[in-house]
Amino acid sequence: MSDKLTFILNGEQIDLMDFSPTQTLLSFLRNQCALTGSKEGCAEGDCGACTVIVGELENGLVQYRAINACITFLPMLHNKLVITVEGIAGPQGELHPVQQAIIDHHGSQCGFCTPGFVTSLTAAHLSGEQPDRAGINDILAGNLCRCTGYGPLISAGEQALAQASPDWQKVRQKESEKLLRDIVRDQACVFQCGGQCWDMPVSLSGLAQLYKQYPEAILVAGASDVGLWVTKQLRQLPHLIDVTRVASLCEIEEQDESLRIGAGVRYQDVMDIIAALYPDFSELVRRIGGRQVRNTGTIGANIANGSPIGDTPPALIALGAQLILRCGSKTRSIPLEDYYISYGHQDRAKGEFVEAIEIPKLDNPDQLKCYKLSKRFDQDISSLCGCFNIEIVQDRVSAARIAYGGMAGIPQRAQAVEQTLIGKPWTRATIKEAMLAYGNDFSPLGDMRGSSDYRLLAASNLLLKVFEESSVPLFDTRLVGRGSALI
Amino acid sequence: MTLHQKSNGAAKGIVGQLIPHDSATKHVTGKAIYIDDIAEPLGLLHVQIGLSTKAHARILSMDLTQVRSAAGVIGVFTAQDIPGENDVSPIMGDDPLFADQLVEYWGQSLFAVAATSRTAARAAAQLAIVEYEDLPAILTIEQALEQRSFLYEPYEMVRGEAAPAIKKAPHNLAGEIAIGGQEHFYLEGQAAMAVPGEDRDITVYSSSQHPSEVQHKVAHVLGLLNHEVTTKVRRMGGAFGGKESQSNLAACAAALVAKLTGRAAKVVYDRDDDMMITGKRHDFRIKYDVGFTDNGEIVGLDVEQAFRCGMSWDLSQPIGDRAMFHGDNCYFLPHVRIRSLACKTNTQSNTAFRGFGGPQGMLGMERIIDHIAQTLGKDPLQIRRLNFYAHKDDTGSERRVTPFHMQVEDCIIQDIVDDLAKRSDYQKRRTEIRAWNSQNRTLRKGIALTPVKFGISFTKTFLNQAGALVHVYSDGSILLNHGGTEMGQGLNTKIAQIVAHEFGVDLDVVKITATTTDKVPNTSATAASSGSDLNGMAARDAARKIVVRIKTMLAQKHDVDAKDIVFRENKVFVGEQQIDFSKVVEQAYMARISLSATGFYATPKIHWNREKASGRPFFYCAYGAAVSEVAIDVLTGENRILRVDILHDVGRSLNPALDLGQIEGGYVQGAGWLTTEELIWNDEGRLMTHAPSTYKIPACSDRGPDMHIALYEAGENSEETIHRSKAVGEPPLMLAISAFMALNDAVASVADYQIYPKLDAPATPERILAAVERLKAMRKGAGK
Repeated sequence: MSDKLTFILNGEQIDLMDFSPTQTLLSFLRNQCALTGSKEGCAEGDCGACTVIVGELENGLVQYRAINACITFLPMLHNKLVITVEGIAGPQGELHPVQQAIIDHHGSQCGFCTPGFVTSLTAAHLSGEQPDRAGINDILAGNLCRCTGYGPLISAGEQALAQASPDWQKVRQKESEKLLRDIVRDQACVFQCGGQCWDMPVSLSGLAQLYKQYPEAILVAGASDVGLWVTKQLRQLPHLIDVTRVASLCEIEEQDESLRIGAGVRYQDVMDIIAALYPDFSELVRRIGGRQVRNTGTIGANIANGSPIGDTPPALIALGAQLILRCGSKTRSIPLEDYYISYGHQDRAKGEFVEAIEIPKLDNPDQLKCYKLSKRFDQDISSLCGCFNIEIVQDRVSAARIAYGGMAGIPQRAQAVEQTLIGKPWTRATIKEAMLAYGNDFSPLGDMRGSSDYRLLAASNLLLKVFEESSVPLFDTRLVGRGSALI
Repeated sequence: MTLHQKSNGAAKGIVGQLIPHDSATKHVTGKAIYIDDIAEPLGLLHVQIGLSTKAHARILSMDLTQVRSAAGVIGVFTAQDIPGENDVSPIMGDDPLFADQLVEYWGQSLFAVAATSRTAARAAAQLAIVEYEDLPAILTIEQALEQRSFLYEPYEMVRGEAAPAIKKAPHNLAGEIAIGGQEHFYLEGQAAMAVPGEDRDITVYSSSQHPSEVQHKVAHVLGLLNHEVTTKVRRMGGAFGGKESQSNLAACAAALVAKLTGRAAKVVYDRDDDMMITGKRHDFRIKYDVGFTDNGEIVGLDVEQAFRCGMSWDLSQPIGDRAMFHGDNCYFLPHVRIRSLACKTNTQSNTAFRGFGGPQGMLGMERIIDHIAQTLGKDPLQIRRLNFYAHKDDTGSERRVTPFHMQVEDCIIQDIVDDLAKRSDYQKRRTEIRAWNSQNRTLRKGIALTPVKFGISFTKTFLNQAGALVHVYSDGSILLNHGGTEMGQGLNTKIAQIVAHEFGVDLDVVKITATTTDKVPNTSATAASSGSDLNGMAARDAARKIVVRIKTMLAQKHDVDAKDIVFRENKVFVGEQQIDFSKVVEQAYMARISLSATGFYATPKIHWNREKASGRPFFYCAYGAAVSEVAIDVLTGENRILRVDILHDVGRSLNPALDLGQIEGGYVQGAGWLTTEELIWNDEGRLMTHAPSTYKIPACSDRGPDMHIALYEAGENSEETIHRSKAVGEPPLMLAISAFMALNDAVASVADYQIYPKLDAPATPERILAAVERLKAMRKGAGK
């Protein structure tokens, strides 16, 4: 027996039965609701033309986030609220400050990306963000525009985000939020149709039990990867289990010695706390996808996925993080680096899933250095990513954990380099010697993100960069992000 | 509101004002309709194109049984099903709609499957079983040169005698630059919907810059007369040249399915398919031999431009020619030979892209100037200034003639560069940057000022014509149609401003409608930056015809001289009288005056003899210049644009807001071409960068945080263009060459500016790091 999917769309309650659980929100909006304002530009969560706003009830408050409708499956909207570009202007056609600002600054040319810019900025407006210029770049990093050169859109963002919500907006928001509160139920659901099944457990034990019973099912969180299996590979997915409604998986717990992050915690939600504990890691997370991807993608899924590029794993391995895996009622804890065995192969038993990651705290938060190299700074997949956790006591290297993504079939430590460093004085000569050891650790592949030679050279240069940064301020070494003083 | 209420106060929205794009409100509310947003006709079929998976092969067999029997499939169509010609090419007849026996690139269209849903069509297309026999594939410029695989014989533009001049010159340099291609990445992919009508009629809604060509190609493919096919284009979600010829295939496939099934049919390329199927900006490899004096004046130049055309002609010949036309940029070349090699390869057929070969030719020239400057240890700006064409006021100068024997009569680049150098503080910043670099180990900065001269007109002279249609209805409202298409550039807004200006009415009195081939026939593509030049003149011609008729009527009726009748402020001033515009229209209607007119324009003065490589292909030139400041990380090759100053000449601007938008957008798009955007094919000829996950156009944070863009205020077209404006679509893209040269400058700092970095484009982190390492090694080798 299938449950009914319920969400609020532009202030109206939508109840759905008999729908494919892998139908995307974008397809639903465009083909079934005649809401064609949201566009398909890439169907892979990279261009933002399909951006919509999703509201969720969290601790009694509705939080608004921009997401990519093209890779969002309908069940992910259960008990949520959706606002599309058609739902942003006022009841009498009054333009929202974001819309007016884009017109005022001539921020649309061909107009195809514009709905996505409107929704991204409106999500920020609803969240009360007051960003600086860099903050606006970040809000819009997941929205590509090929016409304007972005300047007018940045100016529009600055204008609009400094303005209050119009009264009609406040009234409407209140009404929508009331509708949302009325539909929210904290209970497990299952959506079935045409031989497909989407399970939505709400307890850890429920999830564990389901997955033990159906180990062939696909676990899905933000669907920033699984979404592409459907939109790009046209795969039929018979059974999916949604991990995002399990409250305990979505917790962040700061302990004396460590930080525990549940597997269902979204990238965007972890950034504040890690900014204090591991500032470079936070900057690295900021460069994963665009805001829309970080609003749905989770750290747990990123770890479990086992991509050779990794995004977070190189940093987590450098930090010596422990992975907590669960199968049924049993849990085990392993060093994260041991989880990755070889390309496409992880130490995860049938029916076992990632529950959390535990990261030791650092005495000196700045000890962790993370560098992501890519063709484009924002919203790109790294050519390589290097993370360094090097402890220096009395000018000697006392411990070193160095991990890379993009250098091998899995995120991997540079153990030969580490061994060369440990016990040596922290000098340029030591670094030069260690740089020669990279060939022992890695023989990277070449692909469209970078040649083998580039990867090896840049990887070893990053060690030199760490050394440079130990004697000069970050603004001397960093082009972007944390520490950069270049406008 | 009736139009009578409009008669108070000055007419708004006339020429020269900052008017928002006519669709701006629709854009921000999601109400602007693109092809895939049109309400689907009953029974519409979704069409998916089946693609080849070989770069060069004979098709031994194509088993489509499983495709046909897949769920939801209504029909599968191949070359054998085409009633007319199997060709969608713009000129040469060498782009089959569906490959027939021979596959010439990876991603070539093989068949179309029509199904009741897009998902069903896509899934079915995957079930084709194609057997190939591999043929040797030519993939790169180098391979094509080696095997002499050319579309046409090498072509030359020659003036004077380059070789002896170079030989005799005090200094010689030889060099080479590889320049990558560029994917258009219009946000709206190729799309078309065809709807069958009565008799043999068919209407095609197409996302195309060239509705007339779509009409003609559909007619050819279906074996129809042109008058049986109507193409409609309301707007495109970006085009940039990529929808000039490349929209033909989608339109013809949709039309074929509609014709053969009797049902409406729609083709919407998925992003990956779009990038796999369609052509891109041509990649170039430019070699040069240059001779120059001690102070850097060029005395002779020999350039070879080899460029990758792909598997067919498409528009490659005029593109290759335009690379040659701009192989001089702003510089007088006393003895010059430019040689063009059009390489035929087994890759996507490269096509028009904003600048149309001009950017590549110009980048080649700027590289030469930079190389000379570095060799002489001088500021490149000094070398640039020294070699400029003579200023327009310097009428006696010999330094006015181009390699193709055209007189440059309107050169104002000196004025623009002087002004820009001053307002950007170029000299001071250059000195500061060098000092800064000497203090910084990891980060280095660079700066460059580069100029742009861009010739305006289609170089195929006959294309320089346009038509328009203006109706004035009896209530005083005006309907405007012209042959140009709206792709985001604001063309419709500008043309409406021009027409509103002629009638002296508010802008919203003029409604502009979708471009459609049954209103204005035989149009040229909206391309070559010519949209407002050509269509603006045609629309004005139409409007003026009606104005003249009304004036004649009023002059008789009120016994005044027609000269004393003025249309302004939503009124007509007849001698002492003021009459509301709508009243006048009503009177004209009652007096049985025709209130509808067609307008036409053909650009004067231009001519071009390709055989002799001589003539005046351009009506005028647009000028501009930019200063870019960049920073690089010498350990990783990462790079950023920090500050940009632009001064650009749009003549007398029709709409400064839209013009500034073109300039900024053009610069950023050009910067993407030269930095982050890299196309990569594997050894089998398969494009590996076919989606935004792997192909990186500039994102928001890539825009220089400190951009100062100004229109050249003294600008005025010396030719009689529409309101003395200048075209603005393409020229600003080339302002981004300054960013590339600035990156070169930053890299040069690694060897104290003693060695020229010879960066290739795009300057990705990988290329920059490789250049840094090369310079470091050379410096070490030289014992410095």
